[in-house]
Amino acid sequence: MIQATQTEARFAVDVRGLRVELPGGGDIVDDVSFSIRAGEVLGVVGESGSGKTTVGMALLGFARGGARITGGTVHIAGDTSTNMLALDSEKKRLLRGKTVAYVPQDPASALNPSLRIGLQLAEVIEAHEPSTQRAEIERRIEAVMAAVGLPTDKVFLERYPHQLSGGQQQRIGIGMAVILAPKLIVLDEPTTGLDVTTQNKILDVVKKLCREQGIGALHVTHDLSVIANIADQIMVMYSGRVVELGRVETILTDPQHPYTRALLGAVPELRYRTQLTTIPGAAARPANRPSGCFFHPRCPAAEPACKAEPIGFTEVVARHWVRCLNAGSGCGTRPERLPDPAMASGGKPVLDVRALSVSYSNYRVLDGVSFTADRGECLAIVGESGSGKSTLSRALIGLVRQQASTVLFDGTPLAPRARDRSRQQLQAIQYIFQSPHNSLNPRQTVEQLVGLVYDTFHRTDRNRRREAIANVLSQVGLTPETMNVFPDQLSGGERQRVAIARALAADPEILVCDEITSALDVSVRAAIVNLLKELKARRKLTMLFVTHNLALVRNLADRVLVLHKGEVAEIGPVGEVIDRPRHAYTRQLLANALEADLDHRVEAPQPALRA
Amino acid sequence: MLWRHVIRRSALGVFTLFLISLIIFFATNVLPGDAARAILGRSATPEAVAMLKSQLGMDRPLSVQYLAWMGGILHLDMGMSFISRGPVWDIVAPRLMNTLLLLAATSLVALPVSFVIGTVMAIKPGRLFDNAMNGFLIGTAGIPEFVIAIILVLLLSTQVFHLLPSTALVPPGQSVLENPQVLVLPVLTLTFAVMPYLGRLIRASLMDALASEYVVTARLKGLSPRVVLLRHAMRNSLVPSIQAAALTLAYILGGAVVVEFIFQYPGLGSALQSAVAQRDVFVIQAIVLIFAFGYIAFNMVADILTILMTPRLRS
Repeated sequence: MIQATQTEARFAVDVRGLRVELPGGGDIVDDVSFSIRAGEVLGVVGESGSGKTTVGMALLGFARGGARITGGTVHIAGDTSTNMLALDSEKKRLLRGKTVAYVPQDPASALNPSLRIGLQLAEVIEAHEPSTQRAEIERRIEAVMAAVGLPTDKVFLERYPHQLSGGQQQRIGIGMAVILAPKLIVLDEPTTGLDVTTQNKILDVVKKLCREQGIGALHVTHDLSVIANIADQIMVMYSGRVVELGRVETILTDPQHPYTRALLGAVPELRYRTQLTTIPGAAARPANRPSGCFFHPRCPAAEPACKAEPIGFTEVVARHWVRCLNAGSGCGTRPERLPDPAMASGGKPVLDVRALSVSYSNYRVLDGVSFTADRGECLAIVGESGSGKSTLSRALIGLVRQQASTVLFDGTPLAPRARDRSRQQLQAIQYIFQSPHNSLNPRQTVEQLVGLVYDTFHRTDRNRRREAIANVLSQVGLTPETMNVFPDQLSGGERQRVAIARALAADPEILVCDEITSALDVSVRAAIVNLLKELKARRKLTMLFVTHNLALVRNLADRVLVLHKGEVAEIGPVGEVIDRPRHAYTRQLLANALEADLDHRVEAPQPALRA
Repeated sequence: MLWRHVIRRSALGVFTLFLISLIIFFATNVLPGDAARAILGRSATPEAVAMLKSQLGMDRPLSVQYLAWMGGILHLDMGMSFISRGPVWDIVAPRLMNTLLLLAATSLVALPVSFVIGTVMAIKPGRLFDNAMNGFLIGTAGIPEFVIAIILVLLLSTQVFHLLPSTALVPPGQSVLENPQVLVLPVLTLTFAVMPYLGRLIRASLMDALASEYVVTARLKGLSPRVVLLRHAMRNSLVPSIQAAALTLAYILGGAVVVEFIFQYPGLGSALQSAVAQRDVFVIQAIVLIFAFGYIAFNMVADILTILMTPRLRS
């Protein structure tokens, strides 16, 4: 009993029965209970709309956009007499930033563009400890800057947010959160916009600060590999409910809820190719959630009882809670391993790029890039931001004036600019953009969007046209009814399917995919990757897949081209390059990726974290 | 960096003024009804008209006339008025002073009032004050200035109360400053004319700032509501407000024509109106050029202030 109270006292936060409601009634999240110990990290995963950010912000007694916190208790740092949620606004304010701090998702918009970063750090101290002397404030800013790995000199503090890189901005965001040594910090997808190298550095800073200062952290993310790397506990959310909560090792190795399993199966592995799990259907919006278990319409193990009653949250083994009637049953375990693709050899390459160079004014973005792509293969193009991979893909479709006509398609040289290319050449190479939110005209229906490309290359009567459009839509897994809707009415994954259908409507031979899965949720991404694989096999499509996600490359590509500072660092079969990298830059990329790899983390937990 | 920008903008402003001066000069010369005929009347013989034209230098090529006119303006010599037979500048200068006075008085009233109204609306959007004010402002925006002026006259100087003079007649030899009561109605009218635009824009830009991520962050840092509003939200919402204020002032400068005419206020607007009626070409040219200059100057000042307040643009 004494033991227990001591453990209680070491809680950074204890949450019971949290409920947040929408303005019109109905809940965003409900029945959320968990606790985080001092110095530990709780990773909250779930897809967009699952309520994970809402939970994070509720720990500061805050709800966005008219939503209201209507139930539950939040006790911070073992203080069971104070419920954060029941305080008046002034008392909440006094806790925010001092006892509970928040690290925003996108530091570029979360830091005030008009204020110097030094001021934005200092004002936290001024707000909570107004009697602090100037010299003391400066001393503490210096200390926190050193702790997050930023320069401590005054000149740096005089800078404005836009004068910092994305990684530096996020370090400031973390610095603002820890400057008063809070008991709890809430991190809302703090590394989403950053590239892998920067992401790992930021995660290291967070881990170190939590451990050294005994800060509890709630880390919201949709990226399971980030969680694997940083968290002690995992909380999986679905449709506003916690469906599984437990220690990181337990959940990653022995997930009990079908949704958790599906989510884990949807994450590609770096070391081998898997058959990615996809979840049919989509999560219901708060207004029309199903009865009983919210996941049952999509659950492979659902039975009649799942529809009847709301499901309770039960502790299946010690410190491992699941919201499922058949916890642990009914779902396949690990996703099926697949062999790396066999190299199809011979044949004339469909695309032959010879010494492609691109310069913007004096800056050479691409310098003598040469490679070939065979018919029906998927060639991944990887590299960090700034390596020239987007320029390369744009040059291929003729959006960049390259220096000379050095791209051969089917043996014929392609003109540098799209407008100088023949209709047949334009038709053969199609491009899919990164964000389906920006690449589809919101004022056109799907039929118009796809039809525009179709009409450019085909001349048929009305009925044949409709049939053809319905046909490409069905190839990407959309029903013919989709034709009549606008992009706004579709989910992110569906929009990206429309974008793919639009490219297919041209009947292309080569698809250039520019980071097309990076804006998508894990399970949606898995479905798109599986779709691309299927299309490639069925239509003998050649694919150039631009990405920075090496695990995805392992899962999808036949060969990899590693781009470094505008030059080809390495090119080869996917297994070869990832398992036995030759170039130092490839090894560095892999080193950064490995840390985010699920299996790696579970097989060799970092002892420092456990201690 | 800032100085280079200021110099560049000034050069651009001077160039724009030059283009405008060309348009003004040639437009007034192309228009039917020349000054000589206007002075001599309909029954003048062609010989008399031609003689007066050569006397006024109007028989020279247009380009020569333009250069002479422009050269004069650079020395603040805007030519002679055909009507009063005195230098244009002597007519325009006191009028300019009066209009500037009207402008200054209006901005002293309209800017703070719009700012306060917009701010209070933005802080509690959707509440009673916001909704009532919104209705009022949209209603006011739909009423033309001259109608506002007439309503105010009915209300404050004729039918209901007799507090203020309905026309801004300043006794000869006295200035507007000695009769400040004549300013009240024109200032009120102009304030009602610009407040809907200005107030609602200030409301919208402050609401944008209050809904931004950096304001959420500031609140979650535990900063006091005052600091969040003044330091974080307003610092950023002021920029669009300044732009709007500059546009408004430029509008008042040129758009005061109607209001000055209604109240017979002795400013540039009513001077322009009578110069047009009398085809006093040099006066028209001078006043329009002053309006153009003011418009460019206000916008330039707003641009410079914007740069000063936006670190991203400053560096």
